[in-house]
Amino acid sequence: MTKRVFSLFAVLVFAVIFAGIVGGYSERRTLSPLAQHYLASVPQDLGAANIVTGILITYRGFDTLGEVAVLFMVAAGVGILLDGSPAPERQAREDRAPSELVENGARVILPIIFLFGAYVIMNGHLSAGGGFQGGAVVASGVMLLMLARPGAQLHHGFLSVTESLAGVVYVALGILGLWLADGFLDSHILPKGEFGTLVSAGAIPVISALLGIKVGAELSVVIDRFRR
Amino acid sequence: MGLPLSHILMVTGFALVLIGLWGMLTHRNILRIIIGFSLIDTGLHLVMVATGYVTGGTAPIVDKALPAAEATARSVDPIPSALVVTAIVIGFSVTAVMLAFAIRIHDARKTLSIDALTESQW
Repeated sequence: MTKRVFSLFAVLVFAVIFAGIVGGYSERRTLSPLAQHYLASVPQDLGAANIVTGILITYRGFDTLGEVAVLFMVAAGVGILLDGSPAPERQAREDRAPSELVENGARVILPIIFLFGAYVIMNGHLSAGGGFQGGAVVASGVMLLMLARPGAQLHHGFLSVTESLAGVVYVALGILGLWLADGFLDSHILPKGEFGTLVSAGAIPVISALLGIKVGAELSVVIDRFRR
Repeated sequence: MGLPLSHILMVTGFALVLIGLWGMLTHRNILRIIIGFSLIDTGLHLVMVATGYVTGGTAPIVDKALPAAEATARSVDPIPSALVVTAIVIGFSVTAVMLAFAIRIHDARKTLSIDALTESQW
């Protein structure tokens, strides 16, 4: 009982703090100078229509590389944690067959999900989307595949080779930026192209595609590890 | 004009944080604690996105609806959105590792209750 009272007290204290923050916050009317700089220079300097993607992949590219490294370590860590021999009673468990709805539904919408994932990945510099988002869409398709066909095995070797290759090419593109352009992961190593077309914005679509492949493969491996 | 949009988003986000905190503090099941953590995570993402909203702003994507010349005048702040993408990925990573540990604990103790782990409390 005292524990509940204490929990309630802690939540109330946080509620008071949050209420103070919301009460003292007034909606912004102008942008910060940094935001204005990004808004002006991403379309002009990088040639990308989606400003968030421009920030993520070029101006904060090093950060994104770190993020991908975190995802890689999660895939590896989950693999270490869950790769032990399965518990005895789990082996005895009977896998329930998927319902007809899931099985037939997956057949119809799986190709559409993968196609949509590829579209989101390749459209990242033009409209809402990008490597991370598209990779997550692809991984959700893999999850549906696992639900619809419990016996299906993912080829871990193939996935890890693809994923490592994408990572190596990503870093190589970054180093190429040191040499051909102004710095690590600078997207000016490829020509800017015509604004608003699929092949434009320098190296951003290429990096986006690599990110999408890497994130999709990593998330699929993580999901598969949980299935055991 | 009514309630400003960013305030609605912020209140929603903070409410999610409080629900998640309450869930983490009162439940004894590890999976429910992880769900509480995810709620806190999502709530904070909402709050972060809300701080980037500028009155009357639109999505920071240059197209027919938002010519490049008007981008600085009519767009929301793109920086919180870019930060939240990072935060979502980190939140996913932490959740995945927590779930993996929960599975290991269940293998070892045959229960998901944290009451079974009192000897490693301190």
